[in-house]
Amino acid sequence: MKYMMFVCSDTAPDTDTADEPDIHQWVAENDARGRRLDGHVLAPTAAATTVRVRGGELLLSDGPFAETKEVIVGYDLIECADLDEAIEVARTHPMARAGRIEVRPFADV
Amino acid sequence: MTAVPDAVADAGREAYARIVAALIRVTGDWTLAEDCAQDALALALERWPGDGVPANPGGWLMTVARNRALDVLRRATVERRKLAERARLLEPAHDAPVEEVVDDRLRLIFTCCHPSLALEARVALTLRTVAGVPTADIARAFLVTESTMTRRLTRAKAKIADAHIPYRVPSGPALTERLPGVLGVLYLLFTRGYDADGRPAFADEAIRLARLLAELMPGQPEVAALLALFLFQHSRRDARRDAEGNLLTLEKQDRSRWDRSAIAEGRSILAGVVTDGPYALQARIAAAHVAETTDWTAIAQWYDELARIHPTPVIALNRAVAHGYAFGPERGLARLAEARAGGGLDAYPFVLAVEADLTARAGDRERAVTLFERAAAAAPSPAEQRALLERATELAS
Repeated sequence: MKYMMFVCSDTAPDTDTADEPDIHQWVAENDARGRRLDGHVLAPTAAATTVRVRGGELLLSDGPFAETKEVIVGYDLIECADLDEAIEVARTHPMARAGRIEVRPFADV
Repeated sequence: MTAVPDAVADAGREAYARIVAALIRVTGDWTLAEDCAQDALALALERWPGDGVPANPGGWLMTVARNRALDVLRRATVERRKLAERARLLEPAHDAPVEEVVDDRLRLIFTCCHPSLALEARVALTLRTVAGVPTADIARAFLVTESTMTRRLTRAKAKIADAHIPYRVPSGPALTERLPGVLGVLYLLFTRGYDADGRPAFADEAIRLARLLAELMPGQPEVAALLALFLFQHSRRDARRDAEGNLLTLEKQDRSRWDRSAIAEGRSILAGVVTDGPYALQARIAAAHVAETTDWTAIAQWYDELARIHPTPVIALNRAVAHGYAFGPERGLARLAEARAGGGLDAYPFVLAVEADLTARAGDRERAVTLFERAAAAAPSPAEQRALLERATELAS
């Protein structure tokens, strides 16, 4: 089962920064287990362009699709047996503390 | 002689969760499992009056439900996956070790109470799937339309399937992490949801589920404590209101209307609980309230401990009440001021009633009357409003 982890910033990060996991270690471990299929950090939303086509016309706008304080800062695509395993993978990601992570399953199509 | 509908209802209560849990395990299809369990109950209502109640009603229902699931899957044989399920269904259930059957119901409870589902969905799903309560009844008790409740349940079941929420009882540290959530759902199920008379709608179901859980998880003191807590609280169900439906405080209740056997059972369960988890503490407090004489000092100490491990505004409020009885109304008012300091009780209607009661006992009648009147204005139900206004009148006279 594939899950997309949307790694987001958060206006209320954890104030307890003791024993914070290391992102390189997290990537190395999940890559080694064959659990992380892909992933990357994204450039700031200031570099984003939102594309729409309406009535055949190309409409471009500067910035992300939604102007919110919490923004997607990266992603990781993981392969897990079930949601419990995916949640365990997400909880050990450093951004689960510094931000928040949306775990979304691939649609069954 | 027991009427057949009663026999069906009894057998259904006993067997429903077992049937649904087993069919979900083999088919992975929640709706199919529920439909087949319902069909089996309907067939029992049709057949048993003529054929007589079978010697093993639960086994009869399980067989009928399984055959029904088999029929449905047979008609859908085009899908390979379903064929594989059919093969598993064909294995006779009595070959399965007893533990596996027990595990099924536990699996079902843990999946219904999975923390990735919205809390209201967990409560509804547990009532529907484990306790077998009709969707219409759940909807009525939670003041939503049946179609809203149906959508809520459908969405929850879709998430279980789409997100691959496992059908499994967690083990090791994961169990320690997840069990309080399951108990929390049972607690909500016990306390929330009211019938037309304003009485808890699902207290019986909550007790039955807690009993089942205690039976399936004998090594978990908090499960036993929760069951004891339910029994103590439920023992006072018939004494809580007077003939006009007005709510009665503990000291005004007719103790002869308390359910002695529930209290005795609760006490005997609690005697085996030696740990100090949040439900153990609450159960001890509830036990003290149904004792011959109320040991307020002990209650105050249990609330101190509870407030330490669970610092919630409502516990802080109850702690203030306990301190007021144990160490005098002034001490109670001081604890109440602390409890209100964070603002967490601002929207809680009973705060004023507590302040009014403590103020009355501290001797400031005039202020107490005003507070009782304000408390009555903020009371969530007419019964509570009447009780508070009565206190104001008593004091003013």
